[in-house]
Order: sequence, then structure tokens, then C-alpha cells
Amino acid sequence: MLVEILFYIFATLLVAGALGVITARNPVYSVLFLVFCFVNSAAIWLLVEAEFLAIVLVLVYVGAVMVLFLFVVMMLDINLAEIRQGFTRFAWLGWITALAVIAEITGVIWRNGLGGVDVGRGFVSEPANYSNTLELGRVLYTHYAYPFELAAVLLVVAIVAAIALTLRRRPGLKVQDISRQVAVRAEDRLRVVKVSAEKRS
Amino acid sequence: MHTQITHLLALWASLPQIVRTVVWILIITIGVILCVAFLTLWERKVIGWMQLRRGPNRVRIFGMLPGLGQPFADVFKLLTKEVVVPSAASKFLFRIAPALALIPAIAAWAVIPLSPQLVVSKANAGLLYLLALSSMGVYGIILAGWSANSKYALLGAMRSAAQMVAYEIAMGFALVGVLMAAGSMNLGQIVQHQQGGFLAWNWFWLFPLFVVYLIAGVAETNRAPFDVAEGESEIVAGFHVEYSGIAFALFFLAEYANMILISTLTAVFFFGGWLSPFAGYPGIGHTFLGDPSFFWLGLKVFVFLFLFLWFRATFPRYRYDQIMRLGWKALIPVTLVWIGVEMIMAAIHIGPWARPWFH
Repeated sequence: MLVEILFYIFATLLVAGALGVITARNPVYSVLFLVFCFVNSAAIWLLVEAEFLAIVLVLVYVGAVMVLFLFVVMMLDINLAEIRQGFTRFAWLGWITALAVIAEITGVIWRNGLGGVDVGRGFVSEPANYSNTLELGRVLYTHYAYPFELAAVLLVVAIVAAIALTLRRRPGLKVQDISRQVAVRAEDRLRVVKVSAEKRS
Repeated sequence: MHTQITHLLALWASLPQIVRTVVWILIITIGVILCVAFLTLWERKVIGWMQLRRGPNRVRIFGMLPGLGQPFADVFKLLTKEVVVPSAASKFLFRIAPALALIPAIAAWAVIPLSPQLVVSKANAGLLYLLALSSMGVYGIILAGWSANSKYALLGAMRSAAQMVAYEIAMGFALVGVLMAAGSMNLGQIVQHQQGGFLAWNWFWLFPLFVVYLIAGVAETNRAPFDVAEGESEIVAGFHVEYSGIAFALFFLAEYANMILISTLTAVFFFGGWLSPFAGYPGIGHTFLGDPSFFWLGLKVFVFLFLFLWFRATFPRYRYDQIMRLGWKALIPVTLVWIGVEMIMAAIHIGPWARPWFH
């Protein structure tokens, strides 16, 4: 009973947050609403005892990805009126995309069912000593080891590509070469001079 | 007298689980806040002594040691001051940011084993929970910097965000090493798996990871020499330049609570938590000194907290690009190499991997 009440609370907050993402006037608030959404969906995952996924969602998305998002969005100098100009003109495109996504999700569920979850029976909880992390690791590193490695390689390729695309060397840029700074020794820079003391006249 | 205590214990045991948990949470939270209060005093005293000064020595409580009342005097002063909200600030975010900085620092205590019996939640994914919470602490700083609508505050927030993201990776990798040595993410088990005396603790086999964790911990808490987010000499006071009164005090509280948290975690992950350093040695290991207890953890935490203060009194502040370089180019490669070394150690069963639960 408690779980159901909590689920509806978190689900309502999640939907409200998602609406906030697209209606907020300021992009920084949009990002914060998205963070709010992530936290709420993590809470919903916790309710179905997927604690590993829930915590990793918070760790990776809230803790790292969205921080970088905020980092970028805070530095943007955006003219809001300019962005909102084409809103009505392109609204139909947005509607078509949204409807297509909804149709795809419905289609997949229609064809494949809910992956073995019996809706009438409800959620069955695992025994207390069941470790989500252990089970996930076991499957990921045995049965799905090959796709898992492939996904990792794909990510590395994406990182390298992103860096290669945006890296530019500007000539004449004044930067400090830190390894040279660190390697400096006192003898190179400093000369201790022995000055003979003057005679008091 | 004795019957009264048994009555009290019976009453305590008869309370519902949720009430007992809430009481423990309250005790731990108030304990942390009191520790923060006296840590600020201890810091000023220690740095004072290192600089041949006396430190705070005027406010007394109950006629005891001079200076002991200083933290309370500070708190009452800050409580009675006005909280100024800049007219161009985002009011809501400006008010909520100090709370966002403080909440993760206190919520993290839920999974920390204070003694063999005493822990609020024996969560299986305790280590992950800690990582997730410590990564959320940055929001308080970023939002404080942005919402104040001040260029110094924004600069401080930007610096802090980049620094936190960089050092969190090194910290996470160091914890991966701990995870490999313990074979568990439950903090209580991580401590238990280090039993066997001083040399059986993780620091011995994971020494590079311990060093990386400690440095990353200092950087995560924005303490000197990594305190460019505040950087008094460059950007006034960084992200909390516009905060006054108790709102400022909350940031202060969060920073010190984080210091205590990182010290405790270092003790738990690398120095055997509540285990005794003498356990397992003949002679002294069989006396009361060999027993695991809360006091061993307290002692270790105290030593690491002293290190934090010592760093602050000793090292000059890093330049910003040097911080980034240290994080990305020195600490992360060290952790990666040592995880490789650990793989070899695990394959040939030495160190922590010679213990029975890895067979």
C-alpha cells in the first residue's frame, strides 16, 4: 500500500517536472527540472528494488552529466525572444515527432508484451539477501560480455571523435607549459652571490 | 538503578522500527553538527599554534578552557544577522542552495558503520550511495553561484563544478580499487574484510589509491590548497560572496560536515573503520585494546581531520590549471595503473585476495 502511494507521488512529481522542462522560460530552470525528473525516476526504480540502476542514474546523470549541462547552459548568452520566434511555425514538427515516439513505444509493448511482467499479479519482491549489483554484474560479464565491451569501445570512439572535432590549435596563444614549470630547479633561476662585506668607514 | 536501565532498554526495544531509526538519525545529525562546531574551533586553534598565535581565547563556557565557547558565539552572531537576498537574484534558488549543499553531507551518514553494531542502514550498495550523494553536493555550490547573479559568484561556481567533476572520477576509481579488495559494496563488510591488525588494512596494499583518495577528498571539499572556488584573493569569496548571516553559516556547516565525512570514509575504506590496529597481534591484541570499537574510528577520523587542517596551514593555493592537470593527468592515471596491479595481485592471490572469501 505504502509503495503504491509513494509510486503515485513520485510519478506525479516526475510528470510535473517533465512538463517544467519544456515550459520553463529560463534554460537553467529547464536543466534543473530535468535533474528533478532524474531524481524522481531514480526513486521509482528504488521502489521496484532496482537499487543499482537507481543509484547509478543519480551518480551518472545527476552527478556528472547534468552538472556539465548546467555548466554549459549557465555560460550561454541566450536571447530568449529570438529562440521563441519560430515556436508556432515549427510546432507541427514537434507534434509529429512526439506522436511518432508514442506510436513506437506503444507498438513495441503491443508486440512484445511487458517482458514477462504479469500486470494482474503485481510486483514480486526478491529475498532480502538478493544483491542487485551482483546479479547485474554476473549477467553483464558473462552472457553479455561481448556487447558490453562493444558498447564501451563505441563510447571511447565517440569521445575521441568529439575531442578531435572540437580541438583547435590557435597560433600565438600564450599558455604556460606546466611540465616545464614543475621541472624548474632553483639552480637554473637563482644565483647566490657572495658579496664581500664592506669595511665600516 | 540497574532495573531502571533494563526498563529503559526494554522500552527502547519495544518502540517501532521507524521511531528507533528516526531517533538514531537525529542523534547522528546532532552529533555531526556538534562535531562541526568544535572542528571550527580546533581548526582556528591549530592554525593559530602553527603560526605562533593563540587562536580564539576569549569566549569561555562554564569557566572552562578559554575559547571553548567561540563556536556558539559565532553561531548566535550569524543567527541574529540579516539574510540579504540580492534584488536581481533568483529568489527561490538562492534560498534553496545552502540546503542543497548541506543535505548530501548529512544524508551520507546513513550508511556509515560507526561501530560493529551501530549503522542506520546496512545498504548493499552503500559505496555507490556515497558516491551518488557526494556527486550531488556540487549542486548547492553551482546554484548558489548562479542564482546570486554576481560575476564573482558565477566564476566560483564554474571553477567548483569543473573541479568536482574532475576529482570525482579519481575518487570513484580509487573506490573501485577498494571494492575489488573487499569484494563487497556494503560498508560494514568492507570494514570487516580488513580485519587482522594494522598491516591488514587496505592502505597497505592500496597505498597509491589511499593517497589519491585523500587528495581527491581535499579537492572535493573545496579545502585549501584546492579552494579556488572561494579564492579570496581573486574572486572575493567565490560562490558564497552574496550570502550573509545563517545562509552563509549553512555553507560553512556543509564544508566542515563534508570534511568529517571524507575523513570518516578514508578511515572506513583504507584504515579499517572501527577495527583496532592491535587486533590479531599476540599479547596486546587479546587485551581490551584489540577489541573493535567506535573509539578507534573516532581516533582515526581525528587524525585525518588534523591532516586537513595541517594542509590548510602549510600549502599555498594551487593555480586553477594546475588543479585540473593534477586531477586529470596525475591522479586518474595512478588509479588506473593500480587497478591493473590489483588485477595481478588478485590473479596470484596475495594481499587481501589471499583471504578465504575470495576462494
